[in-house]
Amino acid sequence: MANIVIDRIRKSFGAFQALKEVSLTINDGEFVSLLGPSGCGKTTLLRIIAGLETSTSGDVRIGDRSIIGLAPKDRGLAMVFQNYAVFPHMTVYENVAFGLRMQKADDARVKAQVEKAAGLLHIEPYLDRYPNKLSGGQRQRVAVARALAVEPKVLLMDEPLSNLDALLRLEMRTELKTVLQSAGTTTIYVTHDQTEAMGLSDRIAVMHNGVVEQVGHPVEIYNHPATRFVGGFIGSPPMNFIKVPVSNGRVAAGAEQLAVPEDVGNEIVLGLRGEAVELAPLPQGIEMKVRVAEPMGSHLLLTGSIHDQPVRVILPASETVRSGDTIGLKLDRKRITWLSPESGKSFPAVSA
Amino acid sequence: MTQNRPWIPYLLILPSVAFLALLFVVPLVQTIWLALSDNGAPSLANAERMVTDINFTRSVRNTFLLTIVVVPVQIAIALAMGTMVAKVGRGRETILWIWTIPLGISDLAAGLVWLSILQNTGYFNSLLFSLGVIGRQASWLSYQTPVALFIAIAVAEIWRGTAIVMVIIVAGLNQVPKEFKEAAEIFGAGPWTRFWRITLPLIRPALQSALILRTVLAFEVFAVVYALGGRNFPVLVGEAYNWQNQNQNYSVAAVYAVLIMIISLAATLIYLKALKVDPERLS
Ligand SMILES: Nc1ncnc2c1ncn2[C@@H]1O[C@H](COP(=O)(O)OP(=O)(O)O)[C@@H](O)[C@H]1O
Ligand SMILES: [Mg+2]
Repeated sequence: MANIVIDRIRKSFGAFQALKEVSLTINDGEFVSLLGPSGCGKTTLLRIIAGLETSTSGDVRIGDRSIIGLAPKDRGLAMVFQNYAVFPHMTVYENVAFGLRMQKADDARVKAQVEKAAGLLHIEPYLDRYPNKLSGGQRQRVAVARALAVEPKVLLMDEPLSNLDALLRLEMRTELKTVLQSAGTTTIYVTHDQTEAMGLSDRIAVMHNGVVEQVGHPVEIYNHPATRFVGGFIGSPPMNFIKVPVSNGRVAAGAEQLAVPEDVGNEIVLGLRGEAVELAPLPQGIEMKVRVAEPMGSHLLLTGSIHDQPVRVILPASETVRSGDTIGLKLDRKRITWLSPESGKSFPAVSA
Repeated sequence: MTQNRPWIPYLLILPSVAFLALLFVVPLVQTIWLALSDNGAPSLANAERMVTDINFTRSVRNTFLLTIVVVPVQIAIALAMGTMVAKVGRGRETILWIWTIPLGISDLAAGLVWLSILQNTGYFNSLLFSLGVIGRQASWLSYQTPVALFIAIAVAEIWRGTAIVMVIIVAGLNQVPKEFKEAAEIFGAGPWTRFWRITLPLIRPALQSALILRTVLAFEVFAVVYALGGRNFPVLVGEAYNWQNQNQNYSVAAVYAVLIMIISLAATLIYLKALKVDPERLS
């Protein structure tokens, strides 16, 4: 069993708190992404798990055994670095074999494991080459193969795709998912790219300023962000936030009356995904002033305002709306997230 | 513009070429001619005179012995110092600065410093005496104590010349991204393995430069030896100096100079071959 428990980890660099009590549980065989903007503490957390950095306080357990005092090599994990850290003075074969050699594996096992890992990552043709003869994507594969060759219980990856160009990134993403699914390794994957996290993960932990803001299934996080930050960080375009007046526990959206969670004041923030709307005639729909209409081929992207607050919505490509139009929108009430204007936290979903 | 006047680049490098020719090539040719001629005709008489001199074999042996002992010790100490200082956070610059102080001291001055320590009335004897180790002044630098004299010279040379090796090695170590060592650590390499399998191969270019520089300088050792041992410990440059000044025989001095140059060039070639920095490993 290689479930990972991150228990109230704190990390300070001098007076600066990089991690403020981070707790997270990752199940055996699960793929969890740490997602957040640059500087939010993702790498620091990963390095603490790896043993390359010491935490100020807190505990990390793998399979119910505390590893916080162990040397990196005794933690039973492997890591893929952002810059790959593929050893330039060793052939691809020796790079992939490195972990096994350190474990004093016999030559037959080294050969078998290297060939298996190389096969998974499609790098067999390059085994005799030196890394400087490889492209970024190929080095990336070598780094992953080196990690998988030791059959780690836990695999840590720090932005492994961020140095690749967009096309290669998409290709490697799909391939990583295939490879890791078949290996069944517990994986923690650090990224600042939300589409990468959405595509790869069983669950995502969204981090912000050294705090985990929300942990959940990608779709759950997308549809019901726990905070305004999460809604704004995930999705393209990001979630719209519209401050609206509340009267008698209801909000008027055109002709419709939307129920809001109890015990709110006289204002609430309506969180709306850009695609959770459809065109409706005025005054039944809520009024939107369209500043720019951009036909994207697959859909129509509208930028404008509702209640004088900026919004971006997406309509089917077949609709004809032009810049400057005023349109009515019907909101998909099941996909609305209500948030507190004061704390920025979301309320639990309301049924009615 | 330069296409119309292709001679412009040549014109621009002319001063430096002329400078080099005047101050390097001309004296070099003159020296070689001086060494290999007698009364204006080519001759090996000077070379013969050099090798039949009783100090010749000793000076060759001493110089090589000193180089073989001093250079590896310097490289080892510099590697240890460089690795240690890389782990230091605050105060790193200060430590480096203190360690490089010997660099700023001329080799003759360095020899005199060690002379004041090791001569009969020096600090070393005073210390031993006050500790009761010796009953009366011992002499360390005489021809009767060749081993002690050799050790004294070696120590002084190590003290004086290690800093430059360390500066080069620290620069090399700074070029190695820390992820290489961290990756090795995660995959199970201990500190010793990390040093031999990762760090050392990755700083090979710096190591090569340091070795070449130090070895060439070691073959040219003179002032420290002269200050501590005088003619009790003959070395190649020392002999050249003696033939030139005491014996007023410029030709034999020139043969020594040519010999030192050949040895240095050979050593450099050997290092370049042995520590070949293949383009493969440059990521
Ligand atoms: N060794 C360090 N010393 C001081 N501050 C650091 C150090 N490492 C990271 N930090 C700071 O901690 C914060 C989090 O860094 P990091 O974990 O690398 O962020 P991320 O990987 O999410 O981009 C950043 O503000 C960074 O400047
Ligand atoms: Mg990072």
